[in-house]
Amino acid sequence: MSTMQPVSDRSAAPGPPTQAERTALMRLATFLYLRPRLVLALLLGPPLVWMVVIYLGSLVFLLIQSFFSLDPFTGQVIRVLTLATYRDLWTPANLDIFLRTASMAAAVTVATAVLAFPLAYYMARYASARLKAVLYLAVLVPLWSSYLVRVYAWRLILAKEGIITWFVSQLHLTLALEAVLKAPVIGGPSLSVSFMGMFIVFVYVWLPYMVLPVQASLERVPQSLLEASGDLGARPGQTLRHVILPLAFPGVVAGSIFTFSLTLGDFVVPYSLGNSSFFIGQAVLSLTGTAFNIPLAAAFTVVPMGIMAVYLLGARSLGAFDAL
Amino acid sequence: MSASSPLAVRFEHVSRHFGEVRAVDDLSLDILDGEFFTVLGPSGSGKTTCLRLLAGFDQPTSGRILLHGRDVTGQPPFEREVNTVFQDYALFPHMTVGDNIAYGLMIRKVQKQERRRRVGEMLDLVRMLGLEQRTPAQLSGGQRQRVALARALILRPRVLLLDEPLGALDLKLRQQMQVELKAIQQKVGITFLYVTHDQEEALTMSDRIAVFNDGKVEQVGSPPELYESPASQFVAGFVGVSNLIRGGVAERIQGTPETFSVRPEKIQIQEQGTVLPEGYCSVEGRVREVIYLGVHTRYLVEIEGGDDLTVIQQNVEATSMEVLAARGRRVRLVWHPAHNRRLGRRA
Amino acid sequence: MRSKAEGSRPRAPLGLRLATVGVILFLHVPMGIILLYAFTTDETTFSFPPPGLTLNWFQVAASRQDVWNALTLSLRVALVATLAALVLGTLAATAVYRSKFFGREAISFLLVLPLALPGIVSGIALRSAIGMTDLPFGFWTIIVGHATFCIVVVFNNVLARYRRTGRSQVEASMDLGANPFQTFRHVILPAIGTALLAGGMLAFALSFDEIVVTTFTAGHQETLPIWMFSQLTKPRQRPVTNVVAVFVIALTSIPILLANRLTQGPPE
Repeated sequence: MSTMQPVSDRSAAPGPPTQAERTALMRLATFLYLRPRLVLALLLGPPLVWMVVIYLGSLVFLLIQSFFSLDPFTGQVIRVLTLATYRDLWTPANLDIFLRTASMAAAVTVATAVLAFPLAYYMARYASARLKAVLYLAVLVPLWSSYLVRVYAWRLILAKEGIITWFVSQLHLTLALEAVLKAPVIGGPSLSVSFMGMFIVFVYVWLPYMVLPVQASLERVPQSLLEASGDLGARPGQTLRHVILPLAFPGVVAGSIFTFSLTLGDFVVPYSLGNSSFFIGQAVLSLTGTAFNIPLAAAFTVVPMGIMAVYLLGARSLGAFDAL
Repeated sequence: MSASSPLAVRFEHVSRHFGEVRAVDDLSLDILDGEFFTVLGPSGSGKTTCLRLLAGFDQPTSGRILLHGRDVTGQPPFEREVNTVFQDYALFPHMTVGDNIAYGLMIRKVQKQERRRRVGEMLDLVRMLGLEQRTPAQLSGGQRQRVALARALILRPRVLLLDEPLGALDLKLRQQMQVELKAIQQKVGITFLYVTHDQEEALTMSDRIAVFNDGKVEQVGSPPELYESPASQFVAGFVGVSNLIRGGVAERIQGTPETFSVRPEKIQIQEQGTVLPEGYCSVEGRVREVIYLGVHTRYLVEIEGGDDLTVIQQNVEATSMEVLAARGRRVRLVWHPAHNRRLGRRA
Repeated sequence: MRSKAEGSRPRAPLGLRLATVGVILFLHVPMGIILLYAFTTDETTFSFPPPGLTLNWFQVAASRQDVWNALTLSLRVALVATLAALVLGTLAATAVYRSKFFGREAISFLLVLPLALPGIVSGIALRSAIGMTDLPFGFWTIIVGHATFCIVVVFNNVLARYRRTGRSQVEASMDLGANPFQTFRHVILPAIGTALLAGGMLAFALSFDEIVVTTFTAGHQETLPIWMFSQLTKPRQRPVTNVVAVFVIALTSIPILLANRLTQGPPE
């Protein structure tokens, strides 16, 4: 048997534990080891139950609620399936709300894409590894840090007496600013109460969501493709248009999912910088306030969900999910 | 309690199926106490599965596994008296070398003094004294391999399992470790079950070898047995180079068209027209390629019937220029018929 | 395109560099401006340039009871929600890593859904569902909402770390005689420790800052973001809000930076 050096033969080999030594814990360990399915159920059970019952359950319940209606006299929810609530949704005022929100979302998406692209391009193609890490953090921190504070910051900046006005007056462009503010639809009493202002703030808060996917997809473009393009005679501008942009497009679409969806559902920015013309988010919020009408609120939320579902299908066919 | 059985390991009709795929198919194998046993085979042949079944990381679909006479088939790995040296060493990165080696003892609640003493013993055995405080990140590949070995040996397992432990090392280091491993095995005296795809490694270290193919064992035997008497075409081809002689040529030489093999070093190259020694077989051919390898030269000769035969000759007297000049020449190959090996048909 | 100069990367065109700097400034200058406004002496407007600078407001903010209440509530909620997310996220990640089962890919999708859907959808769904039960809106309902979208943050971090660590260490530990519980304590936990920490910190930041879902599930309770939101239309003591804002930025930026450090470092 074992022919170890003499000095170590003192202590016998510690064999497997005898029946007496096996504690309850060890027996449990063996029991579980031989039953991987049970272990899976124990591991997956709690989170799955939480998500399916609490979250999915609520979503399904919400959807069902949109098919209930509110009794106008008692203010109680009538649990009878009907399309009445959806009919109530279909008013000119509400259609205005949808249109307003969707147009803002589209405008914001385009603007963030335009702003994000140079930064993403620089990070992907020119920044050294160290600089890239710093820039990455510089984008990541605003993304994760307080969204409300960032909106609030712009309220300060855009205020009538605030820094922008001061800056504009220093440049003697005050008249130009007033002209902009007098513009229909996008103007308002001051930048901080106008669609223009909302637009700026939306772009500001969602910009990091656009930068990261675009940067990721730009990074995936191999340098050899660009060199080949130049080798075949294309000038840098042509390479940009014919090679880089098409390859970066899925990243843009991926980012646009966030900017579009987030704008569709937001109420904080419209509330902070808007006027009485509601956006979807504000409408939903108000319907849970004094005008307590959950079925209508539910129906309201179905609209952005539907828009996003269509958007996501379109985005998938454009390759956005591979870019995420 | 396990009796002191001469049989360290027994696989009894063990199968492991993954749906349609039979990783191990009706395996029955005996491994003797104290021997260096190698499981040899190509990727996907089931050799690693076999090891994992013994270690307890996998459960057989059918059959029994006995460790020193005890049925361990249902037992989890932490209750079996075998230890494993993993292919990627699997050292714990957040522990020092010393803590890594002492891990098994720590789990068994061995006292700190005793642990330290035994770790010192192990470090001496694998020649890593003085390196207890290093972390795995600070070690070279060869050093990590030794720590993995020490970590497994310190628990004095009845059987040590080694899963292609030398695969990541460069050639010279690998050859050095092969010798060291063999020496350690003989010194410590426990059964080694060694898994590899490298037939040279298997021939160097093993007392006995089992050649695996497609989940089944093709042959079990000592290195000389496998090399000189391969049981099948697969074994002949996998362990060393085999020359297969078949069809018309085979019929001419031995009377029946059954395929047989001859090892390349048993064949001599002669000039055409020289006297054929008494009783020797011969075959005409043309030297297609000459590969000069310093110690010996490998010739690829195209023979009548179209097949290639490999002939290996030591460069005892000839220089490189002389051997390379043989390219394209018409030659005759001769060998003694005693070296002809009939092969069993593949299962 | 000109071929690369030997060695270093080519210099970016001037326009691109300016644009990059511009966008970075655009992202970060507003934070600096809030910091400035925390010191202004003007208490009712946002006039620029500030008429004077003072440290007074920090003291005022510290003495405001409603600020403290909101702050402590946010901290308590974030701690409990993070804890719940840590447990549930780790369980889920362990299950997904260990076993193949039907619907495995769907798990990631399910967990990310609370973050992927607009906040009002999650918010109102939870609101109406909770409204059906007898639960009072308050501390625990806020936590339910927060934990739900924090799970995926922990899940992703832990799963990524599992994938980086691999299985053989766990097998080695069991091979050496440690049962799964001992293996968890001595091998797995040290391996995923920093991932848990990073995930926990991100979950904390996410929870501490959340406004949309919280508005629906908080009832009459005020977390710090809800407090700030209510201050937006109040004209008095504005710099107090700025002080709180500065504090919030600090409190959420630090975990993010730390979490980033923890997940970038070398695994060994």
